Amino acid sequence: MSYVLLVLAAIFVNNYVLSQFLGICPFLGVSKKVETAAGMGAAVIFVMTLASAVTYFVYNLILVNLGIEYLYNIAFILVIAALVQLVEMFLKKSSPSLYQALGVYLPLITTNCAVLGVAVTNMQRDYNFLQSVLNGFGGAVGFALAIVLFAGIRERIQYNNMPKAFEGFPTALVAAGLMSIAFLGFQGLI
Amino acid sequence: MANPLKIIKNGIIDENPTFVQVIGMCPTLAVTSSAINGLGMGVSTAAVLICANVVISLIRNFIPDKVRIPAFVVVIASFVTIVDFILQAYAPSSLYNALGLYIPLIVVNCIILGRAEAFASKNGAVASFFDGVGQGLGFTIALCVLGLVREFIGAGTAFGVQILPETFPQTLILIMAPGAFFALGMLMALFNYFRNKKA
Repeated sequence: MSYVLLVLAAIFVNNYVLSQFLGICPFLGVSKKVETAAGMGAAVIFVMTLASAVTYFVYNLILVNLGIEYLYNIAFILVIAALVQLVEMFLKKSSPSLYQALGVYLPLITTNCAVLGVAVTNMQRDYNFLQSVLNGFGGAVGFALAIVLFAGIRERIQYNNMPKAFEGFPTALVAAGLMSIAFLGFQGLI
Repeated sequence: MANPLKIIKNGIIDENPTFVQVIGMCPTLAVTSSAINGLGMGVSTAAVLICANVVISLIRNFIPDKVRIPAFVVVIASFVTIVDFILQAYAPSSLYNALGLYIPLIVVNCIILGRAEAFASKNGAVASFFDGVGQGLGFTIALCVLGLVREFIGAGTAFGVQILPETFPQTLILIMAPGAFFALGMLMALFNYFRNKKA
C-alpha cells in the first residue's frame, strides 16, 4: 500500500514540474505541440525509471563501499549522460520506430534536472531499490502528465490576441501558474 | 578581445539568461521565495560559472571535440561539489537548507553548460572570465528581483526586514509554487515591454 501511495504522491502531490520546479526547461521548451510533448514525456518516463535504478546501484555498491559518497554529484551526472547515450544506441539498433519517435528528445534529457533531481532525492531519503524505482517512475509520469496538459493549453492560446509584451513565455508562465494552482488541490490527497 | 564592460553589459541586459534566453529556469523558480535565497543561489551559480568558464577556456585546446560535453560536465560538477562544501561549512544553515536540493542541481543548470559551449570553448581565459561575471550578474540580479517581488508582496518583507505593517493583508500565494510562475511571467512581460519600447 505504501508503494502505491509513493507513486501517487510523486505523480500528483509532489509533481516535479509544478510543485518542485524540476525539469522546467523542457517543460517550457518542447511544449508547443501535444505530439512533441507526448514524445518528450515518454522519453523521460523511460530514462528516469532506468536512471533511478542505475544510480541506486552506483551509489550503494560503488560509492558507499569506497567511502567516496561526496563524489555523488559527479558520478550521477556521468552515469546519466552515459545511460542516455546507451539507450539511444540501443534503440537505434533494436527498435528503429521507437527511436524515430523519441530520437531527438533523448540527448536533451541529460540536462533535464528532474533526472538528476530524482537520483539525489532517492539518495537523500535513503530509499530502498523498489522505492527508488517507483519514485523515479512516478515522478516521470507526473512530468509527462504536466507537459502534455500544458501543451494542450498552449495550443489553444497560441493565436489569441494579447499585448505584445505578453507574447510567448510570459503567457506560458502564467498558464503554468494556473495549472500549478490546480495541482495544489491534490495537496490534501495523501 | 572585446571590451570587458561590453561583455558584462551583454550578460546583464542584451543576453540576460533569465529574461531573454529563458534558461536556467528551475532554480529561478524554485528558490526565489525570498530575496536572500535568490541572492544565495545567484552568487553560488555565478561562482561556479566563472570558475568553470575560466578552466574550460584554458583546457579547450586539449579536449578532443567528440568528448567535450562530458569533459565540460566533469569540470562543472567538480566546482559544484566545492561550492556545496563551502556553503555547508560557512553559509547560515537556514540558507543552506532552503537551497537544499538545488545546490547539486547547479550541475544541470543550462546557463553554465550553455556558456561553456557557446563562449568559453571559443574564447580566451580573460574574455571567458568576464563573460562569466556578466552572465552570473545577470542571473543573480534576475533572481534577486524575483525574490524581492515575491517576498514583498507575499510576506511584506524585504531581505527579511519587515516593510509593510504586519496587519497588511499578505498574498501568500506568491510565496507558494504558483506564485513563482506568476511573478516571473509578469516580470518577463515588463522586461519585454521596456525592451520593445527602447528598440
